[in-house]
Amino acid sequence: MHLGLTPDQEFFQETTRKFLDARCSPAELRALAADPTGYRPDWWHQGAELGWTTPLVPEAGGGGSISGAGLADLSLAAFEFGRHAAPGPLIPTNVAAYTLGQSAPAESAPLAAWLERLLSGTATAAWLRADAPGMELGGAELSARTGLGGSVIISGRASVVEGGADAEVLLVTARSEQGRIHAVVDASTTGIRRRRLEGVDLTRRWARVELNDLTVPAEQILWADGPDLAERQLSVALCLQQAESVGALQAAFDMTLEWTANRYSFGRPLSSYQEIKHRMADMRMWLEASYAITVAAIDAFDAGQPDASELASAAKAYVGQFGPELVQDCVQIHGGIGVTFDHDLHLFLRRVTAGVPAYGSPAQHRRRLAGMVAQRVAAS
Amino acid sequence: MSGGLAGAPPGTEDVESFRRRARAWIRANLDPAPPGEAGIGRARSDERELARVARSREIQRALFDAGLAGICFPVEYGGQGLSLEHLSAFNQEVAGYDCAADLQIPTFTPCAAVILEFGTEEQKRAHLPAILRGEEMWMQFLSEPSGGSDVAGALTTAVRDGDEWVMNGSKIWTTGAWWADWGLCLARTNWDVPKHRGLTVFILRIHQPGVEVHRIEMLNGNREFCQEFITDVRIPDSDRVGDVDQGWTVGTRWMFHERTAMGGGSPYVVRPAGSGSAGLVGSGDSLWPLVVAEGRSQDPTALDLVGEAHTLALVGSALTPRIGASMRSGALNDQASAIARLYSGTRSVRYATIAYELAGQSGLAWDPEAGDPGPGVGYLMRQAACIGGGTTEMARNVISERVLGMPREVSHDRDTPFRDVPRGPAAG
Repeated sequence: MHLGLTPDQEFFQETTRKFLDARCSPAELRALAADPTGYRPDWWHQGAELGWTTPLVPEAGGGGSISGAGLADLSLAAFEFGRHAAPGPLIPTNVAAYTLGQSAPAESAPLAAWLERLLSGTATAAWLRADAPGMELGGAELSARTGLGGSVIISGRASVVEGGADAEVLLVTARSEQGRIHAVVDASTTGIRRRRLEGVDLTRRWARVELNDLTVPAEQILWADGPDLAERQLSVALCLQQAESVGALQAAFDMTLEWTANRYSFGRPLSSYQEIKHRMADMRMWLEASYAITVAAIDAFDAGQPDASELASAAKAYVGQFGPELVQDCVQIHGGIGVTFDHDLHLFLRRVTAGVPAYGSPAQHRRRLAGMVAQRVAAS
Repeated sequence: MSGGLAGAPPGTEDVESFRRRARAWIRANLDPAPPGEAGIGRARSDERELARVARSREIQRALFDAGLAGICFPVEYGGQGLSLEHLSAFNQEVAGYDCAADLQIPTFTPCAAVILEFGTEEQKRAHLPAILRGEEMWMQFLSEPSGGSDVAGALTTAVRDGDEWVMNGSKIWTTGAWWADWGLCLARTNWDVPKHRGLTVFILRIHQPGVEVHRIEMLNGNREFCQEFITDVRIPDSDRVGDVDQGWTVGTRWMFHERTAMGGGSPYVVRPAGSGSAGLVGSGDSLWPLVVAEGRSQDPTALDLVGEAHTLALVGSALTPRIGASMRSGALNDQASAIARLYSGTRSVRYATIAYELAGQSGLAWDPEAGDPGPGVGYLMRQAACIGGGTTEMARNVISERVLGMPREVSHDRDTPFRDVPRGPAAG
């Protein structure tokens, strides 16, 4: 992802890569296709020990980043997840850990306990997210009203929630009259109905989650700092998801470049045809541009820049548009074998495809960007 | 020859004190940047063009006198001998000010960069300080009417005559040759060897008998491009750059400097932060007034297009520095600037299409008294962004062959004496 990694970052990426090399071979991924969870819980625990859950949480909260730029660190793991098409709820668990780390969990025993479990990898999280009013980023219909004793009552439904059926903890970002609030609840609480879905990824799992008058006590609610927290949550998710897509794109690209050199037609390698060369050149440009905008968004987030949301949306709008084109072109250049189950290319096609509508589609982010432009021009 | 008249001795100033010195001088001495002056996207009158050139020379002279010209050029040739970090600081401080950035290419790079790399000591001392003082404006005499991308297929010929060379031929696509002073010229000096081995580079005074400058009118009325007809022009051998018949060694670096400048990241040109072809020119912000004028600020299609253009602008401004840094660190080889060139060409094309779409009928016809032509004319010139400075097809060849290591295109002229290489009927 980033250029000029620190030795610690290189070590972190290398250990994650080796771990996933060993545990997430294509054969293993195919075996997991039939597994309801899609990953092995003991991996997740081991992955947490490698540092997959801590970078976005301050040291005081039990986390810590190796470089001081937490999202940059974590994106290295996300990139490797993409490059291996690895399973596991990396994004929602880290959004939840980030959210809990932003609060003062010591003041709330249940939140502190959940954060500790997420950090240690003994629990994973799913994120149910409502958009802010007027924002259309594929969010869920979730509304919160005031209950007794400072509690809130949340109702609604999130139709596609990553890891929603298996997570032990749900982060619920719901609309209320005071803006969006963030509730952290035990997924087994009464009032939560979860239904497993089938999806395009072999090992990523989604669920439909319904909340029927779910009562959340005050100590499990983060009002935090209003819209900013929700914006930052979204930036975290978007950046990690683009980093993962870039990893999957790199894998598909490398596989295809090798294929063009080794596949002969009419007595020449595919790589000698200018048509193929020019398409690979376009793909290489899309890939480098995807790295560039994703890293720019990550750095803007880590630096607390005011344009962090804008760059995160731009990353999604770009990677979400050109990433699928890149990987579908990889399929085309492979020919018929590219659409078979036995070939590994579809593992990456699936991961990139799954990323397109997640956290708002490219078109939705383009409109969001236009809204930001309109506001800026009007204010100038 | 010392460039630093203020502050620490040249070449030793730290970045932050340089930045403070530059900031103070810029604020006290430069005007705000003029809007929309750069590029071939619009036509401007000769008077405005000449005024712009004159102003540019003045600004350059003032920068030189202030010890701010040629930040990465060596001190002995009038530069500051400072680092890319200093240049980057200057670029940030000069954002929004008129530092004549639109006229830095091709004088400072590739021309001055090539002289610096291949010129004799006499050539460097004769030209580099003069360039940095704004006294010499340079153009590239590279392309020829017989072939655009096939630069090494030059037909313009120089024949040795004692201590001189006699040059004949024609060059084309030299921006502003009608007001510029000097040209860097690639010419054939040997027809009996394969094309890459019979070329030599010369320094050519533009305004002299035997050099006829003809201005080309582009379809939008722009007349910055020129074609030159060179007839029996005598050039002293002391104006030869590099060895005889080794012009392709020079030419390869020449085009590298050109690509680096096009893609951003050259140490030899000032490029105010947030501007330039790879910067935020063409952001969604620049399109929004069109959307408002057409009453489409709630139209989802218009919003989608603005968001798309804005995305492409933000990606471009992230991509260029990334490629520059990758080349400096060796993560990518120096051919990777072709990636930035391909991106900027394809993005500009898309931007022109989006702007014309958003303009609606006001892009098609406009009141001449209400201002400049709308995006319709920009649309007509759309492909120029994928042609000038090396076509995007060539960039795709470079990326696939030199970055990805895919097989080279079969060529029919590589091992044949240039005299025997087939040419089309028009090439003569």
